Amino acid sequence: MFKDQTAIVGIGQTEFSKNIDSTELNLACKAIKLALDDAGISPDQVDALGTFTYEETPEFEIARNLGFGNLHYWSQAPYGGGASCAAIGQVAMAIASGIANVGVVWRSRKRGDPSSRMWSHTEQEIFDHWKWSRPSGLVRPVDESSMIMRRYMYENSYSREDLASVAITLRKYANKNVNALMHEKELSLDDYMNARMISDPLCLYDNCLESDGAIAIVITKLSLAKTLTNQPAIIHAYSQGMSQEHSLMTDYHGNNPLQSSSYVTSKNLWNLSDYQPKDVDVAQFYDAFSPMIPLSLEAYNFCSQGQALNMIRDGFISEDGPLPVNTSGGSLSEVYLHGMNLVLEAVRQIRGTSSSQVNHANLSLVTTCDSTPNAALLLRGDS
Amino acid sequence: MIESIPVPGINDFDEIFWLNCSNNQLSIQHCGACDEPRFPPRHMCPKCQSIDHKWKIVAGDGELWSYVIPRAPLLPYFEKQSPYIVGLVALNNYTNIRIIGRIMNSDGSNLVSTTNIAIGSKLSVGFNKINSEITIPFWFLDV
Repeated sequence: MFKDQTAIVGIGQTEFSKNIDSTELNLACKAIKLALDDAGISPDQVDALGTFTYEETPEFEIARNLGFGNLHYWSQAPYGGGASCAAIGQVAMAIASGIANVGVVWRSRKRGDPSSRMWSHTEQEIFDHWKWSRPSGLVRPVDESSMIMRRYMYENSYSREDLASVAITLRKYANKNVNALMHEKELSLDDYMNARMISDPLCLYDNCLESDGAIAIVITKLSLAKTLTNQPAIIHAYSQGMSQEHSLMTDYHGNNPLQSSSYVTSKNLWNLSDYQPKDVDVAQFYDAFSPMIPLSLEAYNFCSQGQALNMIRDGFISEDGPLPVNTSGGSLSEVYLHGMNLVLEAVRQIRGTSSSQVNHANLSLVTTCDSTPNAALLLRGDS
Repeated sequence: MIESIPVPGINDFDEIFWLNCSNNQLSIQHCGACDEPRFPPRHMCPKCQSIDHKWKIVAGDGELWSYVIPRAPLLPYFEKQSPYIVGLVALNNYTNIRIIGRIMNSDGSNLVSTTNIAIGSKLSVGFNKINSEITIPFWFLDV
């Protein structure tokens, strides 16, 4: 019904920068046009849209700028870093069910300027669930992620040297990707160990970049996809996940706070799929903060609980390892666009066009934020 | 950015929690029908869906489940105090009640040294009065 019925057929991205002199709408239009050109699809064929609730460019503005046809479906997925795969999955469902034929999913974001950080707009009086954390000085997403990571490191006897392997591995991928913001900057263990702390035990290099840019993708039915030039990235399986007692970012109140909503998404995704973790050739794990990569590696059943940092330190996610991860440099070293860059890299791996290409990559996993309600997509090539 | 400490707004389902804090008492919301405890407070019991609820005063002691030490850039109020310690406290006598709070000296002054802080540290609750309506709990090390 849903499995293998749709595919990602076009990808587009603007330049990435700390400060682009342009509006988010302008950037969104450019990225979407690039994605449609890449797909070889005319804008007037588009009849479905998907984006983030955090997106500030409205559907009608996008549609009348690009010259889309009559629209039949649009939706928005919530929770920032948890949204990309959900927005894509929802449009894919609309197409698979016959409501629409050609969908565009986009995210445009100007976040290079520090004044745009969401936590910096904390109100004087807090009525939502942040009232239970922010008045005590747990204010930023990095603080919320750090709380979980210290516990994880304590339970499994890990040090900062172990965690460093995440940021260093991703930087090596960025050094091979000319479009990555950190393309020319190498990162050594010394650099990492001497970096300033942002929320101890997390330091500067455990944080994603702050950047401007836009990214878009095009989704069609598989039958249409097969008539186009690009190799389709077939959407094999998709699920969202929210665990019991989940609390956005301060996800500390369930039976085991080290088992996030990713465990819910993972279980359903593998149930819906014809594949198992061992079949996956390459993965993109959402990485606003470095802890999310080892935690996701465990949640998606690539290793047993507590073992991920040992395996990352020993090269498990490196270019010559069994599961290359975040092969464009990820949010830590390529660009931070709420994880949409990870989706593009998952597609490039299937096409064979990554700057760190995995040989014969056919099965490509992409996930969203481990600390929020989230989603994941399992994409495959045609073999 | 706001200059002073962000304060919890009072909702109908947690009004009693803040009232009790103002009297230097920590209280936990329980279901009025099935007695299931829940935190953070909310409208409905997730176990039996009853709207009825009651508050039980607790001793407030617990163990440090984890902690972080935030550094700049922060909201101005917190940046002035950085480095400071925020803990997640697992409350004694409950299975899954963990509360976020500052780890401070027993008199409510900023605790800078982490020398004696460790996951598993035994903690007691204290109260920091912000204004006439709001007092927020913090925790300090048992000696």
